[in-house]
Amino acid sequence: MTISIDPQKANNESLQPKGWLRYFSFSLDHKVIGIQYLVCGFLFYLIGGTLASAIRIELASPMSDFMPRDVYNQVLTLHGTIMIFLWIVPVVNGAFGNYLIPFYVGARDMAFPRLNAVAFWLIPPSGLMLVASYFVEGAAQAGWTAYPPLSITTPQSGQIIWILSVLLLGGSSIFGGINFIATIIKLRRPGLKLMQLPMYCWAMLGTSLLVVLSTPVLAGTLILLSFDIIANTGFFNPVLGGNVVVYQHLFWFYSHPAVYIMVLPAFGLVSEILPVHARKPLFGYTTMVFSIMGIVVLGLVVWAHHMFTSGTPPWMRLFFTIATAFIAVPTGIKFFNWVATLWGGKISINSAMLFSCGFIINFVFGGITGVALAQVPFDIHVHDTYFVVAHFHYIVYGGTVFIIFSSIYHWFPKVTGKMLNEKLGILHFIITFIGFNLCFAPQHWLGLNGMPRRVAEYDPQFQFVNQISSLGALLMAISTIPFLVNVFLSVRNGKNAGDNPWNALTPEWLTSSPPPVENWEGEAPLVEEPYGYGKEISEQK
Amino acid sequence: MLNKNFYLILIISLVFAISFWIGFNVNLLPAEASINAPIYDELFKILFIIGLIIFIGMTIAVIYSLFKFRKRNDQIGDGIALEGNLSLEIVWTIIPSIIVLLIGLYSYNIYDRMGGMKELNHNHKMMSSNTEKIWAGISQTSDNEISINNLSIEVSAMQFAFLFNYPKGNFISGELHVPVDQKVSMKMESKDVIHAFWVPEFRIKQDIIPGQPTILNFTPTKVGKYPIICAELCGPYHGGMRASIIVEEESDYNEWFNKNKKTEVNL
Repeated sequence: MTISIDPQKANNESLQPKGWLRYFSFSLDHKVIGIQYLVCGFLFYLIGGTLASAIRIELASPMSDFMPRDVYNQVLTLHGTIMIFLWIVPVVNGAFGNYLIPFYVGARDMAFPRLNAVAFWLIPPSGLMLVASYFVEGAAQAGWTAYPPLSITTPQSGQIIWILSVLLLGGSSIFGGINFIATIIKLRRPGLKLMQLPMYCWAMLGTSLLVVLSTPVLAGTLILLSFDIIANTGFFNPVLGGNVVVYQHLFWFYSHPAVYIMVLPAFGLVSEILPVHARKPLFGYTTMVFSIMGIVVLGLVVWAHHMFTSGTPPWMRLFFTIATAFIAVPTGIKFFNWVATLWGGKISINSAMLFSCGFIINFVFGGITGVALAQVPFDIHVHDTYFVVAHFHYIVYGGTVFIIFSSIYHWFPKVTGKMLNEKLGILHFIITFIGFNLCFAPQHWLGLNGMPRRVAEYDPQFQFVNQISSLGALLMAISTIPFLVNVFLSVRNGKNAGDNPWNALTPEWLTSSPPPVENWEGEAPLVEEPYGYGKEISEQK
Repeated sequence: MLNKNFYLILIISLVFAISFWIGFNVNLLPAEASINAPIYDELFKILFIIGLIIFIGMTIAVIYSLFKFRKRNDQIGDGIALEGNLSLEIVWTIIPSIIVLLIGLYSYNIYDRMGGMKELNHNHKMMSSNTEKIWAGISQTSDNEISINNLSIEVSAMQFAFLFNYPKGNFISGELHVPVDQKVSMKMESKDVIHAFWVPEFRIKQDIIPGQPTILNFTPTKVGKYPIICAELCGPYHGGMRASIIVEEESDYNEWFNKNKKTEVNL
């Protein structure tokens, strides 16, 4: 075996609580930590979703009448920060990464189990701190981008708590990234080659590289910003000779890769889900690997496309236009490959498959508006409008959140040993898909026609379309009900799943459901063809 | 086989036809009121049509696969063990690369026609100091084009208003009045946080930055009153930070200008 497990085993058996209590403990088991990430992230998703509902209620009428204006700005800041740093990043990376990566590389745990537990336990306190800042002197209200000088001039306590919280979450993210890289590179069981790994490993390797390279830049930037706020330094304060545009460069140097930190793991997850339910090998494994790495490299050199109206020299605008548009090529390859994976399969139409296909459709739409937004002349009109809001919700909600749900339907039997109810799952998909598109598709029109983002009031001619959008948001809120009912009912009374209900070939299905503490009773199996569908059958016949 | 290809070609032609029809007949944009606007709308139309073709095509492919290759009740076993097809993968790497490259070149051309690639002058007539570095917005003018006929306006933005200073008339207005069909050149600076100057009907936007003047040039083409919108979050009343731009015939503009002009002006 690759790791010595005895001290940890002793630890697990004697000191760690059993049953549900272990989810509240400093557990070192990667599966427990994965579930901790998932449930914690989902609780913050509910908080962030409540804030989103508050925004949509405010925007159901043209006047600012539902909440005070400064509270509205706090709500939109918290909504963005919570959804990004406490829901999507921890769940697609931390939750599924922790649960799946050790199985995929044939290890009994992550490379650094204690660092892993620390990385998780940084999240609840920083999240609670962020939410609690609302009750102190008001939360941060400069948007999740915290552009100075606004972030310097708004009430300080909220902004400082926001910075501290994001720093802790960034730290957690870096710990996780280091752990994933070490696990994927060093803990592979003997005989398992890199090019035999399931695609999610490649996605997590690429994502973790981005995390480790770019998150420290955000941390440094936010520390400088906090100096400007509490120590009256002048890094970004124009009154003291600072430059506000430099902050934007530093911020987006992290925050554009952050988009790939949110979507690349989703690309990996969908690559695991589609072959299983389509009963076909993943189409074009090698090109998938290269396109992930292509996205990683390109993703680091496109940040200034968020700043086309900030005052950037023409040559810089041109470079970032072309670099950004070229990301569409590796991304496009992946989407064509997924459709080709479906083509000629024997597709089970179930909740996991529907959410994955919903992801493909939504993400293609968001990707197309993304290529348009990369074009400087196009962007200059729609930058900072609802067009952009619609675009990135198509990417992070229509893309990543759909895949989170798809993954929950896919791996719930593995985690609990019980099946989720398919009828409730399909109902969940239908309401989510309709609600999502109803909410965000009309926002493209709003942006094109003159509604800026982050406003509590707007021109009366936009009321009808905003109300359609709010209706969509209501459906999205309702859609969580069948999901939660489904999860609670199935945990208690779900149909027994058996070890491998989908007849999947990836390694996590080759053990019991739920898996034992160290993943396998005996040796970890060597899975050389995680996508070898269609081959066994011909052998059997 | 011929039959199969026939249907494929039929569907592709239909997708193209529908996309072109929607692209040419569905207008998602507000009125065109500046020289920039029709150029922008041309780019929008092209991107809209290409986007529709890809989106409708991909959606049809996904839904068709789900329907055609769904597992029937009596079926067991797997689909075909197809792990890839190198030539197909090369095709769908090269074709999108070419499309993206062509879009990039085309949008460069559009940007150039909007005046975005022109180097901004350092001895701009209204500059208070020639040494400061000016970061460009979209420019319609180049050095030698700037003449005394040009309207030079200084814009200052603050929480939560725009003020327009007409140096030639030595007065400040809360409304931006400009004559139709004349180049307007604005130097913009913020007094507090970042704001942005956006006129949707002109398809132009430029951030207004504290400590860093920005330039925005445009030529209105249609008489009327249009909203000026702040597009960058600037505080609690960000949504209410509006002004109006009034594009009028030159005679009306001159009347307004002379009415407001301070006589002790000394330029």
